[in-house]
Amino acid sequence: MAELNKYILFQMNEQTFAIDVDQVISIERMQMVTAVPRTREFIKGVTEIRSETTAILDLREFLGIRVKEYTDNTRILVVSIDSMQVGLIVDGASEVRDIEAENVQPAPKIVTGIRDDFLKGVAKMDDELILLLNLERILDFEDKNELKDVLHDA
Amino acid sequence: METNQYLDVFLDESREHLQAINDHTLTLEKEPQNLEIVNEIFRSAHTLKGMAATMGYQDITSLTHKMENVLDMIRDNKLNATTEVIDIIFASVDYLEDMVEDISNGNDGKKDVRQLVERLDRFEKGEAAVTLEPEVEKTVQDIVEVSVDLDEFQMTIVQQAEEQGILAYQMVVKLSEDSILKGARAYMVFETLEGKGDIIKSIPETEDIEEGNFDSSFELIYLSNEDPEEIKKEILKISEINNVDIQAVSFKSVDDIQEEVVQNEDLTESKVEEKVSDTAVANQQTSTSKTIRVNLERIDDLLNLFEEVVIDQSRLNVLSDGIGNQELTETVEHMNRVSSDMQSLILAMRMVPVEQVFNRFPRMVRGLARDLNKKINLEILGADTELDRTVIDEIGDPLVHLIRNSVDHGIELPEVRKAAGKPEEGNIILRAFHSGNHVFIEIEDDGAGINIEKVRNKAVQNGLLTKSEAAKLSDDEVSQLILESGFSTAEKVSSISGRGVGMDVVKSKIESLGGSISIVSRQGQGSIFSIQLPLTLSIISTLLVKSQEETYAIPLSSIIETVLLNEDQIMTAHGQKVMDFRGQTVPLLDLQEILEIPDAGQTEKQNAVVVLKKGDKLTGLIVDTFIGQQELVLKSLGDYLGDVFAISGATILGDGQVALIIDPNALIK
Repeated sequence: MAELNKYILFQMNEQTFAIDVDQVISIERMQMVTAVPRTREFIKGVTEIRSETTAILDLREFLGIRVKEYTDNTRILVVSIDSMQVGLIVDGASEVRDIEAENVQPAPKIVTGIRDDFLKGVAKMDDELILLLNLERILDFEDKNELKDVLHDA
Repeated sequence: METNQYLDVFLDESREHLQAINDHTLTLEKEPQNLEIVNEIFRSAHTLKGMAATMGYQDITSLTHKMENVLDMIRDNKLNATTEVIDIIFASVDYLEDMVEDISNGNDGKKDVRQLVERLDRFEKGEAAVTLEPEVEKTVQDIVEVSVDLDEFQMTIVQQAEEQGILAYQMVVKLSEDSILKGARAYMVFETLEGKGDIIKSIPETEDIEEGNFDSSFELIYLSNEDPEEIKKEILKISEINNVDIQAVSFKSVDDIQEEVVQNEDLTESKVEEKVSDTAVANQQTSTSKTIRVNLERIDDLLNLFEEVVIDQSRLNVLSDGIGNQELTETVEHMNRVSSDMQSLILAMRMVPVEQVFNRFPRMVRGLARDLNKKINLEILGADTELDRTVIDEIGDPLVHLIRNSVDHGIELPEVRKAAGKPEEGNIILRAFHSGNHVFIEIEDDGAGINIEKVRNKAVQNGLLTKSEAAKLSDDEVSQLILESGFSTAEKVSSISGRGVGMDVVKSKIESLGGSISIVSRQGQGSIFSIQLPLTLSIISTLLVKSQEETYAIPLSSIIETVLLNEDQIMTAHGQKVMDFRGQTVPLLDLQEILEIPDAGQTEKQNAVVVLKKGDKLTGLIVDTFIGQQELVLKSLGDYLGDVFAISGATILGDGQVALIIDPNALIK
């Protein structure tokens, strides 16, 4: 039996990405975000999601993907990594899909300009290339510390 | 009763004084010649007497009065503090404790003190101690150990009844062996009893009894105000009832078990007096029974549920704004108000003043200081600072340890202090306060401080550090080492502290609460142990202000005043904007500049200034507009952001929006 994993598929600048469904708490529409002063650009601020103050990151900005205006399709993926709840702004979330492990290949060195350590792999389905994101790496502590350093220098 | 409002104070202080008498009497037994202690006991007894007299508790007054007389004789060297004397003081204290407990249960605190008074009198008249009257033991036997299991509900009824002075009886009703109408007879017994009180439980079950499914006797737990003899007579009037055995019983919750023995003694006596006190009971009830205990988990559940409500509510707000129906809007607005009140209430339920933990320390310090022959003055500041209940429950032990440590190792002996040019009496300050996202509890002493060199050497000796590492550490860093496990620099191991277990436990405990502990110590001048605890849940009063599009909350505790300045009132000194605040030059900061808030085209600036304080320092913070005062729930910014400059947390406003809370301490330099 091939190993199946459920992924949430979402779009950023016409490209389809996926994250493990277990990491996603909910998908919200774009909402009022309170800016937090003196934080990095891609941190849009905080908002309350499920009675938790949640930092909202623009994932497109973070990954260096072209940032589009917010539309009706813009979504916040609320994810939980190491019991840390974070909201990620993406252009739109489409569906949940099973991806067989054997369809996942290691990420090529450079895919659409995204750092390879931010990717878990690439899945090819229906002639579409789906990039599996490594959320742990994206939200990991080092970056948080980098963030802090920036703050302290300021 | 007019004195009602003082009742709680009376009870608290009485307990404290009784504890003090207890402690001191123990010491007196060890040092019968120490008149200082007699004085202490005398003072406590005297205070107690005065308070009881004011409150109108005659028996306490007369007993303490007699105690005073005896103590006075000891003080004047007319009587030696022999074991007999000590015994009778203890006996008196036991009696007093009973009476105080009785009062706190809503009764009148009456008790037959004649016997004790007589014994005290005999001492006073110089007669030898007389053998203990056997009566006390006799009365104890009158009370039956409860052999019946009551469920929680029944237990509550019994306890409430006891608080109201209604007694519980265990009855065994025995019918004639040859009775053929057992069920009917039993039913008549029930009828009779229910006219005079309440049957709480029967063995076997009521149905079984009424159907006659029992041998020849059944048991009842019965609550009544009536005289047991009367009850017995009434039941015996029913034919075929052979015998009724009726005994007073006492059901105690676990908390009360320690008092059980003592209380049992006076149950039989108080029975007689109960009727007299009925009216007084009714009066006092109102002031003593207004709290209930609720499992913390339930409050947590309630809070969680409520947060769901808040979310839905913010959604409702948006919806009703969109629809624009007047009635709907009004209803939603009303709901907003109600739920914000609810939110405050629920959170307030979890918040408890640290006083609860602090108030046991004065006695402890007093006791410790006496044991160690030190003179110590304990000052408590900020006892009304509120902390989350869960934290309160956990913080007690670490604090006890730290205070013991300060008393034992910190404050020097009076001779040593004198030699060092300090006042003989050492000071320990226990301080609690809010700051930003945290509550701080500090224990400051003006004792010897930490011997940095000794700690350094010890650390090397214990292999915690190499010599070169140790040399590199700053003094403050060395101080923190005493929090590591296996570390004790006390040369003398005492019973109070100093076995090297403890400080590390303190540290891990505090860390497990998400807090931290640090030490600042100056040799010869004293140490400050500072505990920082997170304020996971806390309600703070804030002033909401606007800067451009953003709403910020500033804790009221840091605000002295708000002023609106004209352009010409803003001056410049050394390139820094300043204002004149009551003759004082105060630097001005612009919130928008500091927080780099993007310009949203709000040109209309009022030059609204919030004057903030941090210690003695003042700073004026320029914002766009004041919105108003609001009680807010302080929440963290979430793990991802961690600490952000000048922001101590976030809160959810009535409209569901997140507003950031400013940490004024970070703005004032």
